[in-house]
Amino acid sequence: MTFTIPIDNGDALKNAEADSQRTLYPYVTGTSIVAIKYKDGVLMASDMGGSYGSTLRYKNIERVKAIGKHSLLGASGEISDFQEILRYLDELVLNDNMWDDGNSLGPKEVHNYLTRVMYNRRNKFNPLWNTLVLGGVKNGESYLGMVSMIGVSFEDNHVATGFGNHLARPILRDEWRADLSFEDGVKLLEKCMRVLLYRDRSAINKLQIAKITEEGVTVSQPYSLKTFWEFQAFHNPTAGAQGSW
Amino acid sequence: MFRNQYDTDVTTWSPTGRLFQVEYAMEAVKQGSAAIGLRSRSHVVLACVNKAQSELSSHQKKIFKVDDHIGVAIAGLTADGRVLSRYMRSEAINHSFTYESPLPVGRLVVHLADKAQVCTQRSWKRPYGVGLLVGGLDESGAHLYYNCPSGNYFEYQAFAIGSRSQAAKTYLERRFESFGDSSREDLIKDAILAVRETLQGETLKSSLCTVSVLGVGEPFHFLDQETIQKVIDTFEKVAEDEEGEAGEGDAEAAAAPAEQGGGGAGDQDVAPMEM
Repeated sequence: MTFTIPIDNGDALKNAEADSQRTLYPYVTGTSIVAIKYKDGVLMASDMGGSYGSTLRYKNIERVKAIGKHSLLGASGEISDFQEILRYLDELVLNDNMWDDGNSLGPKEVHNYLTRVMYNRRNKFNPLWNTLVLGGVKNGESYLGMVSMIGVSFEDNHVATGFGNHLARPILRDEWRADLSFEDGVKLLEKCMRVLLYRDRSAINKLQIAKITEEGVTVSQPYSLKTFWEFQAFHNPTAGAQGSW
Repeated sequence: MFRNQYDTDVTTWSPTGRLFQVEYAMEAVKQGSAAIGLRSRSHVVLACVNKAQSELSSHQKKIFKVDDHIGVAIAGLTADGRVLSRYMRSEAINHSFTYESPLPVGRLVVHLADKAQVCTQRSWKRPYGVGLLVGGLDESGAHLYYNCPSGNYFEYQAFAIGSRSQAAKTYLERRFESFGDSSREDLIKDAILAVRETLQGETLKSSLCTVSVLGVGEPFHFLDQETIQKVIDTFEKVAEDEEGEAGEGDAEAAAAPAEQGGGGAGDQDVAPMEM
């Protein structure tokens, strides 16, 4: 049995022992992020859960963070990789501030930087296991984009990750408008989050909605959505069923 | 500047606190042919004199596009200038690729200055023998910087470097306060007039100068000979007309004597008209 200590990333694929050095599967994960552009900027919603497989283990994880003056980053997927990304961005923003020259990184720049990072990691077969949502406002222009763990990146008026793609985006495609007010935007996001709460098993009923405008970032306090479980059809779900379903 | 025992190494200080090798490098800049830069709030114009080695050869390229929003004009060792331009292009494109956004010119000149400083503090290197006039845009508008072999950089409203640049600088000093609000056309005209000052006697022709422009909404590009000649024609004609008036008696200006030193815009000899 050969035992070679992996020295460089060239070994990452060739050597069985080197597998412990690269990400193969996620452990503690966050579920969907849903975000929309609205009249004054961008709104982003996420719940505060961190699942450990099928266990809803952590219930106070903030998955949306402010980046610099102009951006908001939301992440689903591996929480520790999200924390690593926040460290990279912290350094980026710090160096940008140290220039002290009137120029600052806007959401587009941060989004592209993240795309480069994610794609580079994917190429080394050692991905950061996240889908990231980057929203922001600079010089009056709103920006909303997404990057996946394999480096696929794009911009849109509304984005969602994970289950949100399947459950929230159809709602947004029907009901999103460019001139949504803040209240309407929040209502729309809550509608999406409620569907996710009912149907996504990794969702918990504790969410935060973050807002970014030209003035800056505000992240709401955690709160819960009202749910209704008294539908008659669920009282005796198997009545009228045929076979074992 | 005379030879002395402290000028062999760039890493040797003189007793009076000077690094002579660095100062000699700045001399090299003064020997190169002139380069001029000026800026308004929204545009930067870079112009230079095209000096060819001999009648048989073509002139050297002294103005380089670094990116759509940054250009550089050099004076001194053009070979050093080319190498630094390549470095600047590389920095600009790397930034563009990572951030999908243009590199702010203020940050580029700092990188350039730090690179030049390294050469003033290594015994196995020599300073770059080239001065660079870097014009470009960033979030706060148009900027013009001068990077020097010493590793210093300065921001200017207008500047000239190279041989006989003092004449251009004198011209610019008289006019610079109005440049901020100048229109693009006036800025170009002032640049060409400043080039003319450095020629001191030679007729200004479009083949003798290269002019480049960049600005908000206008990517860096060179002006073609025709455009430059048109601008020259606007003020050369005025000079000839005024010279005609200034000469008493022989108002036909058929034989405007060289020592007359015509009135109006030119305070140097304008070639006499041939009738």
